[in-house]
Amino acid sequence: MRDPILSARHLTREYAPGQGCLDIELDVWPGEVLGIVGESGSGKSTLLRLLSGQERPDTGSNRFFTSTDEWVELTEASESHLRYLGRTEFGIIHQNPRDGLRLRISAGGNIGERLMGVGERNYGDIRARAAQWMQEVEIDPARIDDKPLYFSGGMQQRLQIARNLVTNPRLIFMDEPTGGLDVSVQARLLDTLKRLVQELGIAVIIVTHDMGVARLLADRLLVMKNGRVIESGLTDQVLDDPHASYTQQLVASILQVN
Amino acid sequence: MMLDTESYNFAYLDEQTKRMIRRGLLKAVAVPGLQVPFGGREMPLPYGWGTGGIQVTASVIGEEDCLKVIDQGADDTTNAVSIRKFFAKTASVKTTEITEEATLIQTRHRIPETPLSSGQILIYQVPIPEPLRFIEPRETETRKMHALSEYGVMHVKLYEDIAQFGQIATAYAYPVMVNGRYVMDPSPIPKFDNPKMNQNPALQLFGAGREKRLYAVPPYTDVQSLDFEDHPFEVQSWDENCALCGATDTFLDEVIVDDAGTRMFVCSDTHFCVQRQEAQNA
Repeated sequence: MRDPILSARHLTREYAPGQGCLDIELDVWPGEVLGIVGESGSGKSTLLRLLSGQERPDTGSNRFFTSTDEWVELTEASESHLRYLGRTEFGIIHQNPRDGLRLRISAGGNIGERLMGVGERNYGDIRARAAQWMQEVEIDPARIDDKPLYFSGGMQQRLQIARNLVTNPRLIFMDEPTGGLDVSVQARLLDTLKRLVQELGIAVIIVTHDMGVARLLADRLLVMKNGRVIESGLTDQVLDDPHASYTQQLVASILQVN
Repeated sequence: MMLDTESYNFAYLDEQTKRMIRRGLLKAVAVPGLQVPFGGREMPLPYGWGTGGIQVTASVIGEEDCLKVIDQGADDTTNAVSIRKFFAKTASVKTTEITEEATLIQTRHRIPETPLSSGQILIYQVPIPEPLRFIEPRETETRKMHALSEYGVMHVKLYEDIAQFGQIATAYAYPVMVNGRYVMDPSPIPKFDNPKMNQNPALQLFGAGREKRLYAVPPYTDVQSLDFEDHPFEVQSWDENCALCGATDTFLDEVIVDDAGTRMFVCSDTHFCVQRQEAQNA
């Protein structure tokens, strides 16, 4: 079996006693989609920020295996190194695409920014790759010079995905990527995401409170409550045979809808 | 020497302020292209008229100096005349319009056509010192970007130009990389003048009065204009020659000369143009 790409041990970040993330252990393997579910305030987003290095933990370790075959301890990495990893090896998809896009820069410029950030200096190449990625995420490439300010919510989210994937990251962090979109747009976005993840073989950590999203995308699932992981396992296993009583309630709540 | 010391200190600013600005300038020279904050003073002219440049000039000027002031290349426009008079009055220094004669040149929007020499100081008036500001409004973030050399967004601006206009349409305040480290706004000089900054034997100082920032390019420093491999940096060129001196290689202003819309192109550097005309008439 291959080594994990990300490995967290005893990761703890408490804002107040019992609030935040407590003693989290997890491994993410290349090419897998790890879902993190739980109710609001259970520490999902904090965990995502800890794992992606946007926030430093109080204690614990969080190691990332880079494309140059080195382990990097993210909790101790310099800010410049973290930001470099953020441009090359990571992708971060925000819930609100406005946080992840430059709304007054054209769609092509948004996708190209990461390429230019890692030293790409050929306009023709940058533009060609931007157009290609727009096609990948199913935005009409004719809109390459339009500003995302005038895109719909779903298109903005797609553009954010293209912008992140253009530098071939190996690990993507997603925080509620379908939040704030209507159901049909959500469904199409999920299709695109699922296809890209399978085609590219990238590892994804996805935080969501939507069990449907988790079931569709995630290979493995972590269930969080009060800052702790209370249950983990293969998605089908967790959803079909939940052990913790909280998970049972969570699963029961969606089954009723169905 | 007649100095009106009763009313004004030498060169208007008090000595402590000049020291503070000189300390900032030393730091700026030591780290080419780095923006150094300074405690800007109220000057007897409005922001946007050269309050930054005038404070830098006041801090480095000495009794033996000879000052030239240009505004858009011209020695005879309001801004240039009033700043020149200001220092003639408050510092009793010699002033000149001859580029070669000047030890200090305060400028707004141009670098003289006559090549500068070692020992001269060129002082730029700067409105917005932060080249990243257009894309990143947060000062905390732009400082971090400078600190970590994260300059990808500078090319996003040029990318947007090409996407919109088919070419790099930025014609002034064209961003440069100084000494291979800091991206710098060269102040709103036309990009025509950018190549002159590279390896210039003169010391180049920049003062932004409203934003209270100093920066500098020491003599013989690399200054490279940013560009793309397939859209290289180019300076403006004109089909016309200067209507007064016939120069073919200078920055030209288009001037409307009558109500019928008759136009002519003339050198924006008035001293350079006059010098050429005199040489032709001699």
